[in-house]
Amino acid sequence: MELSLLLIKGLIIFAVFGITLLIATYSTYAERKVAAFIQDRVGPNRAGPFGLAQPLADAVKLFFKEEFVPANANKFLFVAGPSLAMLTACMSSAVIPFGGTLLIGGEYIHLQAIEVNIGILYIFGVVALGVYGIMIGGWASNNKFSLLGAIRAASQNISYELAMGMSIIALLLVTGTLSMRDIAAQQGQEIFGVSGMNWNIIYQPVGFLIFIICAFAETNRVPFDLPECETELVGGYHTEYSSMGMGLYLFAEYVNIFVASAVMATLYFGGYNFPFMHQLGLPHNVVTILGTVVLFAKIFFFIFFFMWVRWTLPRFRYDQLMNLGWKILIPLSILNVIITGGAILLKAELF
Amino acid sequence: MTGNFFYFLTFLTLFAAIGVVVSKNPVYSVLFMILTFFALTGHYILLNAQFLAAVNFIVYMGAIMVLFLFVIMFLNMREDTEQHKPVLSKIAAAIAGGILFVVMIAALKDVNTQMTTTAVFDSQIGMVENLGKVLFRDYLLPFELASVLFLAAMAGAVMLGKREPGEQNRF
Repeated sequence: MELSLLLIKGLIIFAVFGITLLIATYSTYAERKVAAFIQDRVGPNRAGPFGLAQPLADAVKLFFKEEFVPANANKFLFVAGPSLAMLTACMSSAVIPFGGTLLIGGEYIHLQAIEVNIGILYIFGVVALGVYGIMIGGWASNNKFSLLGAIRAASQNISYELAMGMSIIALLLVTGTLSMRDIAAQQGQEIFGVSGMNWNIIYQPVGFLIFIICAFAETNRVPFDLPECETELVGGYHTEYSSMGMGLYLFAEYVNIFVASAVMATLYFGGYNFPFMHQLGLPHNVVTILGTVVLFAKIFFFIFFFMWVRWTLPRFRYDQLMNLGWKILIPLSILNVIITGGAILLKAELF
Repeated sequence: MTGNFFYFLTFLTLFAAIGVVVSKNPVYSVLFMILTFFALTGHYILLNAQFLAAVNFIVYMGAIMVLFLFVIMFLNMREDTEQHKPVLSKIAAAIAGGILFVVMIAALKDVNTQMTTTAVFDSQIGMVENLGKVLFRDYLLPFELASVLFLAAMAGAVMLGKREPGEQNRF
């Protein structure tokens, strides 16, 4: 029994890893198609039917390009930078519950790679680690524009982590647990007689707004892509990178988008729960599989939202970015924590 | 299994800690220090203190070391620009460090390592819920005093960093 359990865990871990990479790959294709749609173009349509083999063609192109290392660059750190960015991006999807439980042969199997009772903190820590890849790569290039990009990335991440942490604290006051599995399961409870609708977005709308803004900043996406701002910094931290070094940085960004979408869907939008999930009278396994499908639909919506914003909004100026982070988001998130705490106390007193 | 993990983590901790001191390049020193904190996080997990591990991970590795790296990159210190210290200060540093080492050994020599018996030891003591209960029930006053101290330190840092009226930008 022990061995088969290990085998199942291994399979789930491999599946989560594979799905993460697959979705990140096709996010690059989706990004171009969404951009084309918004700008009234056709987008990639040459490689394969509807251009579906485009990510493959891009990867082949990047692999066969010359891996150029500048003469005065720090060789070891120059390679370590993109590797670290990719490593930290892939680590964070480990604790996300991608579904409820499957009942196979009398055993309940959780569709989650690893369950730790501090799941949110794990994700938060790994995301905080992600900035090292950018910083090391930017510094090792020995280029002023790269260095400026790296320093911008560091200051931006630190500024927005604070507000993000505060919005998570307000969420934790509501849920009372740090485990991703428990948070996802709690949102499946009944509200007004509808099962699976007890989503945290109902209790934490302001917290979600702060969280999504910080998620944009943490993944270095437009309107917060100051570290790679091509109008001011040539290419930012990856100016000197070519071939797969560049490829890994770009790919890590899409993996981060996927993870950020999955975290938002799990924390605020009910995870794998969907309305009337327990009232339809479906078998346990069918409900679980439907829940996983619903979770991925939510994730895809958030990925689309990331792209939608990218091709709609212009970039912030750097002082605007810092003002938004320190003078608006952090006070707002602290206020959110206080109001949430007050509301919980009031509820405990009155009801 | 756990014993092997412990020895591996200890080796990693000591290796990285020595690397911090020995490295000529300040950026390498900071990266070794990050590795040291990473290994310490592993030690916390081995002790089943998951919350402490996560906080160590986020605060030290994720925030404080980013700031260290930030400052060192801003100054752009390299091996060739590093100033050589006079021999006297090297000797003084070696003596001071050696005395600290002796004091540590003297203090830790008589520590009883068999303080807890496995029968009564609660392995869940490091979990978030237990830690929260202890902090907010048994040690509420020290905890609150520590937060006041942090607040004072934060206000002080802001006051120091604030630009005085009429002061020019020096960069």
